[in-house]
Amino acid sequence: MTPLLSTQTLSLQIGATQVCRELDLEIAPGQCWGILGPNGAGKTTLLHTLAGLHPGDAGRILYGDRRLPDIHPRELAKLRGVLFQNEPQSLPGTLFESVLAGRHPHLGRLGWETPLDLKLARQAIQATGLQGLEERSVHTLSGGERQRMEIAMLLAQAPGLGMLDEPSNHLDPDQQILMLRLLKDRFTQYRRALIMVLHDINLAMRFCDHLLLLKGNGQQLMGPAGEIATDENIQWLYQHPVSLLKTEGTACFYFL
Amino acid sequence: MRHPLRRKLPLLALLLAVAFISLGISLMTGSVDIAPGELWSLLWQNHGSTHYRIIHELRLPRTLSGFAVGGVLALAGLLMQALLRNPLADPYILGVSGGAAVAVLGAMLLGLPFAWQAPMAFGGALASILLLFGLAHSGNWDTNRLLLTGVVLAAGWSALISFVLSLSPPVQLPGMLFWLMGDLSDALSPALPLGVLALGLLASLWLAPTLNLALLGPARAASLGVRIQRLHIFIYLLASLLTAAAVSIAGAIGFIGLISPHMLRLVAGNDHRILVPGSVLLGGSLLVLADTAARTLIAPMQLPVGVLTALLGVPLFLFLLNRGMPGRMP
Repeated sequence: MTPLLSTQTLSLQIGATQVCRELDLEIAPGQCWGILGPNGAGKTTLLHTLAGLHPGDAGRILYGDRRLPDIHPRELAKLRGVLFQNEPQSLPGTLFESVLAGRHPHLGRLGWETPLDLKLARQAIQATGLQGLEERSVHTLSGGERQRMEIAMLLAQAPGLGMLDEPSNHLDPDQQILMLRLLKDRFTQYRRALIMVLHDINLAMRFCDHLLLLKGNGQQLMGPAGEIATDENIQWLYQHPVSLLKTEGTACFYFL
Repeated sequence: MRHPLRRKLPLLALLLAVAFISLGISLMTGSVDIAPGELWSLLWQNHGSTHYRIIHELRLPRTLSGFAVGGVLALAGLLMQALLRNPLADPYILGVSGGAAVAVLGAMLLGLPFAWQAPMAFGGALASILLLFGLAHSGNWDTNRLLLTGVVLAAGWSALISFVLSLSPPVQLPGMLFWLMGDLSDALSPALPLGVLALGLLASLWLAPTLNLALLGPARAASLGVRIQRLHIFIYLLASLLTAAAVSIAGAIGFIGLISPHMLRLVAGNDHRILVPGSVLLGGSLLVLADTAARTLIAPMQLPVGVLTALLGVPLFLFLLNRGMPGRMP
């Protein structure tokens, strides 16, 4: 089966930080990847590079069997969508307008939304539990509501690959679980996939089936979550003692 | 489900009505007052009367030029605000008018014929646009860098303007000041400004959906399929050329480009598909009304219209801002 996204010997450096070196990543439909690493390791930059928003230094990025530079930006916006962290809006409009903006890659030449686009935006708002706030101006929303709005935008965009940068930011613990469950639900069916940068190793353990650990010095580890998430590896990654607690069916890292 | 913009259509209809009323008021008022009924017949039939000549040779060209210049300035302001993602941006913020002013004042100082003024203004503005583009466009196109470079360039022009003013003989100063404050009394051929307005309006309407995305931030716009660098360069050139055209026709008229888009945002939200036509109608109406006041308030003397746009615009804007919807403005 062709992977949705793959990289061939991708190297990426920002300043003195070697984010990854000769990375050969393959994301197949149905998979959910987590990217973990200490602060400043370049997780966000790698995510943006994979999304085609930031140039890599060497190597290739392929969507299906096509190289990233050969794909028209509008078409790329149907192949992958990005959930940003801290992307400020200026002169923001209403919540509904923002979510509807997610439909942009699907609109015709005139950029006019069809009833279907309006319906999909409304469904995305309902799925994220924001109904009733449609007409609110974006900057009157709380941090958590705003994050759910961003998720609704991504759901309305409905790309093949969801690329999430800290999806649990600003969310209450219950909402973290609900939103990640929603995203995983939507993005691991119908030949779609999900890749997310996470701070919380335990959220990654709970939702991701594959992990990519970035040390920030060019060292990287990747593979199925069960093989990668050992206490030695996590201790190596964060330079902090951890112990793995196991109860029935779940495992959880406890930072000592 | 109804499209959310459908609710905004009555507002556009209202602005269209305001525009026609403003045009009517401007045509009826002046050294001789003309009643609405007479105006209507004068517009379509040539009675060979003095009133016919007043309307067709003086008021109509000036009113239409004023409307077009106002519309162009409002549009340029709206585009600059979207480009710089900064609500304080106006058509002149990047120094386009400064370049034009230095060229025009230089021409006046050298005693070049009056007919040279508009081409000189356009040339000066164009030089400023290209200079800024060259200075700010090294490698990548960053709007913060553009803004800072533009503001500094504008300060440089402003110093040169003061320099020219201090060199000029006193008899030339009133003409120079009128030009600097913006003045419509020489704008008697409306075809050019109306053509510029039509082109600018069409280009901006075509850009409108992507302008909405540009306000969501460059990375997000790029992730939704917008070629953001290309868009930024296009908006910059379009807004600058519109400003250059307006400045070469009527001098540097202030405030219209800043306040028209903002006044509209207070009631119409942030969708550029409404803001583009709405700003044109509002900017055009405001400048026509201000110009009517400028030529009648202390008649037979005429004020530079730029003074009136500021005097009218500032309190109007503050009033709307204070009673505007909370949370609408940054």
